[in-house]
Amino acid sequence: MAEQTASGYIQHHLQNLTYGQLPNGDWGFAHTAQEAKEMGFWAFHVDTLGWSVGLGLLFVLLFRMAAKKATSGQPGGLQNFVEVLVDFVDTSVKDSFHGRSPVIAPLALTIFVWVFLMNAIDLIPVDWIPMLAVLISGDSHIPFRAVSTTDPNATLGMALSVFALIIFYSIKVKGIGGFIGELTLHPFGSKNLFVQALLIPVNFLLEFVTLIAKPISLALRLFGNMYAGELVFILIAVMFGSGLLWLSALGIVLQWAWAVFHILIITLQAFIFMMLTIVYLSMAHEDNH
Amino acid sequence: MNINATLIGQSVAFFIFVLFCMKYVWPPVITALQERQKKIADGLDAASRAARDLELAQEKVGQQLREAKGQAAEIIEQAKKRGTQIVDEAREQARVEADRVKAQAQAEIEQEINGVKDALRAQLGSLAVSGAEKILGASIDQNAHAELVSKLAAEI
Repeated sequence: MAEQTASGYIQHHLQNLTYGQLPNGDWGFAHTAQEAKEMGFWAFHVDTLGWSVGLGLLFVLLFRMAAKKATSGQPGGLQNFVEVLVDFVDTSVKDSFHGRSPVIAPLALTIFVWVFLMNAIDLIPVDWIPMLAVLISGDSHIPFRAVSTTDPNATLGMALSVFALIIFYSIKVKGIGGFIGELTLHPFGSKNLFVQALLIPVNFLLEFVTLIAKPISLALRLFGNMYAGELVFILIAVMFGSGLLWLSALGIVLQWAWAVFHILIITLQAFIFMMLTIVYLSMAHEDNH
Repeated sequence: MNINATLIGQSVAFFIFVLFCMKYVWPPVITALQERQKKIADGLDAASRAARDLELAQEKVGQQLREAKGQAAEIIEQAKKRGTQIVDEAREQARVEADRVKAQAQAEIEQEINGVKDALRAQLGSLAVSGAEKILGASIDQNAHAELVSKLAAEI
């Protein structure tokens, strides 16, 4: 990294490995941030998808292994670990969701473990995985980001999936009329039909913003926290590249301190994402208007 | 930082993982958990039942022990009574036997005394006769005076 400037180093770290249509019409990896931007919507962040799918597979296979051998007798080590998580998620779901749904608890478990795993990659020193990518590809300028949750595409993808479930369950429980009514007849209502007609746009504006805010806040909260955390790690890593001994020493201390603090953040953010999903879906199931 | 189709890929992956978790991971684990909870609840139930049974059994044992103690005391009491009774009977028998032996001995002694007395009388009679013979210097016809002597002897 010695030949790079600090800003170049940071920018390089914040760029995804993008696969899409190159300006010459071929499909391939973008080499610069500019190229990646010009690919438009139909491009994929291969690093984000690779790590998230890989970690997702790790989650399902590990848990499947435990589930296959699950007994009600004495549990083994892996089953014990899985049971602790399942029990924790089950308790969380039962605390805030009072309906019966076969989807919501496994959904919450998947979100919690998957997001936690993706966040946890942040604890690996920022240069290790990109360096590994450089070694494997042989391209010394290949951009590579290992932490999927620092990519807004990933968090937004999950948040929109949750949003789709919110709408699906809202319509399933309340019917299309009920769902539209919820959006337009509250919070202001009137017995007078004319006044009601006037209030509908106001209600819709308020309720629509409330509805849209759910996935946006869900996605941006996770993304913002993880992005900021990663950026701090990168800034600390810049200290190592400064060549000054005292700054590098300070960097080691800071790296350690921030990593310890980050353990809390990655767990907390995974938990918040799960909890909010449960709460939103439980709101979608409730017909209290 | 560009929003692109990664979004769709991530959503698809998300749904697949959730579906997999829902079908193959969650049900067996939660079933095992619930079964274990039931087992533990049953076990605790059985334990408390066993404890209650134990308490009852201990109570019964205590009662039986008390009864047994009472019976033992009764038996000992009876045995003591019987013992004294036997001793008394034995003493009585011994006394009777002793009396009998004593009486027999006394009778024997009396008989002997009488025998000795008779012998002494006879000897004394003959002694007196021989004394009188010597004194009279003359021989007294033994046959003529035998009646006299025996009369004398009877008088002694």
